[in-house]
Amino acid sequence: MRNYLNIIIAYSIMMLLIILVGIFQSWSIALAIFNYCMISAVMTLGANIQWGYAGLINFGIMGYTALGGLAVVLVSVAPVPEAWSVGGVNMMTCLGIIILMIFSTRYILKNIQKSNKRNYLIAGIIIVGLILIKIIAGPAIEQIEAVDPAKTGFLGGLGLPVLFSWIVGGLFAAGLAFIVGKVALGLRADYLAIATLLIAEIVVSIIKHEDWLARGVKNVIGLKRPAPYEIDLQTSPWFINLVEKFHSAKLDLANSLSERQDILNQLVIDASSVYVKLCFAGMFLVVVIILLIITQKALYSPWGRMMRAIRDNEEAASAMGKNVVKQHLFIFILGSAIVGIAGAMMVTNDGLFTPGSYRPMRYTFVIWVMVIVGGTGNNFGAILGGFVVWFLWVEAAPIALFFINLFTAHLPETNEIKVHLINSAPYFRFLLVGIGLLLIMRFRPQGIIPEKIIKQ
Amino acid sequence: MDLINAVIVLLNYTIIPALTYGSQLALGAIFVTLIYGILRFANFATGDMMSFGTMFAVLLTYYFQSIGINFGFLPTALLTIPFAIFMMILYMLIIDQTVFKYYRIKKSPPVMLAMVSVGVMFVTQAIIRIIIGPTDRRFLDGEKFILKATEFKEMTGLAEGLTIKSTQMITIVVTIIVVAIMFWFLNKTKTGTSMRAYSDNEDLALLSGIDPKKVVLITWIIAGILATIGGILYGLDKSYRPFVYFNNMLPIFAAAIVGGIGNPYGAFFGGYVIAFAEIFLTYAYKRFLVYILPESLEPNSLMQLLSTDYKFAISFSILVIVLIFRPSGIFEGKRI
Repeated sequence: MRNYLNIIIAYSIMMLLIILVGIFQSWSIALAIFNYCMISAVMTLGANIQWGYAGLINFGIMGYTALGGLAVVLVSVAPVPEAWSVGGVNMMTCLGIIILMIFSTRYILKNIQKSNKRNYLIAGIIIVGLILIKIIAGPAIEQIEAVDPAKTGFLGGLGLPVLFSWIVGGLFAAGLAFIVGKVALGLRADYLAIATLLIAEIVVSIIKHEDWLARGVKNVIGLKRPAPYEIDLQTSPWFINLVEKFHSAKLDLANSLSERQDILNQLVIDASSVYVKLCFAGMFLVVVIILLIITQKALYSPWGRMMRAIRDNEEAASAMGKNVVKQHLFIFILGSAIVGIAGAMMVTNDGLFTPGSYRPMRYTFVIWVMVIVGGTGNNFGAILGGFVVWFLWVEAAPIALFFINLFTAHLPETNEIKVHLINSAPYFRFLLVGIGLLLIMRFRPQGIIPEKIIKQ
Repeated sequence: MDLINAVIVLLNYTIIPALTYGSQLALGAIFVTLIYGILRFANFATGDMMSFGTMFAVLLTYYFQSIGINFGFLPTALLTIPFAIFMMILYMLIIDQTVFKYYRIKKSPPVMLAMVSVGVMFVTQAIIRIIIGPTDRRFLDGEKFILKATEFKEMTGLAEGLTIKSTQMITIVVTIIVVAIMFWFLNKTKTGTSMRAYSDNEDLALLSGIDPKKVVLITWIIAGILATIGGILYGLDKSYRPFVYFNNMLPIFAAAIVGGIGNPYGAFFGGYVIAFAEIFLTYAYKRFLVYILPESLEPNSLMQLLSTDYKFAISFSILVIVLIFRPSGIFEGKRI
């Protein structure tokens, strides 16, 4: 129990902070923060598996998050039959060509000795393939994008339940991680960081600009939800009754029937938004707990010990007969898949897919700050890091405003410096997170909840 | 005649813009590579440091304009360069003393320093946005064009015009001057030689009596000069926007690695490789081909290899290809 005391204290403080937001701002905001904290926690768990268990630095979190989001669109949106009928065949042919290219390249790599001839053959296959794709896909893309461009203009998805897409998001991310891992994992740590960051940028720019796939920067809105819609709740009698029962004391204070009805309507609207967020919170909590149990079990299994050995001394581990390259690739895929799941969860929570919003600042560097601040190599620490940093990230502006007002209280309202500072309050979040990271790295480099190695 | 027209088209739309953009990237890439070679970490605050220096140039330009100082037909921003460089170096030295020094003395692994530089990146971004805000700003004044398309057409009687913006000329000339001075400094002076020695083998350099404090100080000074000038030139040519500067870090990194990280010549060259690749692969060749091909073969599509949306993606793909086939860069990396 004593071992877990600091964890329990840290988590209780965090919960208290969120509850304080609920009391002082509103429960809807508090729950929104809580949900996003949980999504961040999943991302941090993924990054922590790579960095904390294996010492692999992955700055490409943005790319996996975006792929997870793409999975939601491709799985849950209803297909667009017109688009399929004009361009479906061509696009599928292109997909076939790509698969053919991959397999023929693999075949050549396996069966022909390393030589100039092999290089020319592979280059030839790639160039011919690309030209074919350009010829076949070009007109099809134009036609697909012309199908009701204001609403669809893309192929649509499969129309399956949205929860299914969380798994698919993980698979997509795992697929990308496999490619990236094959290409980049041999690189030294800081090269790996840069390479993964740039590959993630490539992925995001493809998602942004291939409109036939997921409408690109035109965004997909109104995605399916695993939770009820607010508008449905507001009209369903059982929900109104529930709210009535819950707030009966407040309602009894009303003077007239019409006033009572007004108050009730307002309460129902507030309650519906809280209810939907609670549904999401429940689902996210399930995911976080499942992942936590699995990662915790993995960390203290023989496999986890092996990963730590590889992290701490690669040569020694490989001398003991551990396949370092293979294990690195495996853990890279595993961590990325978890990030992909988080990406899908986030898009599901928002109900919209906005490729333009995937920026390295928000989806790579902030997540890394979470990992470092929370505690590398400790899953509880990683989750806590997600909570703490996201909370700061969101609440930095109100906190900054409070302090600005406090320190400039003696200045008149029209003072230029005061107005300027108040206008720039949102940017204090960068300052807060940056200074937080620097302080943690300097004075507690192992994070808030440090890694704990249990010896049997 | 058609051939000359075709060359003019290429010159106007690809070669001159690529040289300009390449120069801007090259300055940033040398900055990255110097820090990597001597201080031994990948500086993720690169873009924001460039932005920090440029911010002072923008503010001072506005101030100079308000009190009526200008630089004739040249942009006022050029006058502000010394002040901006001074502020930049001051900021870098403060950051070095308060943040990086601790890890350098402790001999932390490079990854740790890279993570620390992420923290510096956050703080720098915050300072910039609090001081100047995130909006787009133009601070170019003076003569906009050296050669206008119409003038060129009148002069030569060709069908195609050639435009040279003054910012393009300034960028190329200033880059050549700065880079020439820097290479002279690194190769011919005693301090420069000691810096190269420190980069090659730290222990040996320390044994032969090189003062590490001085090397670090000089490195930050050179880095400050490069970052500020690179940032100002980019801002003059396009516009100043903090977010764009942060994003520019990525092609700059690509340029530094493609050239061979730690090698300033490589970085200088890498900047142009990235710039030329980006512009040549996204340029629509239709107008060029119309001039050189016989009429029967004239293309009816744009003849564009990749859409301009993928401009950034190209530089990253080049980087990935280089990393796979030649991880040390086109020139051997890790040498100054």
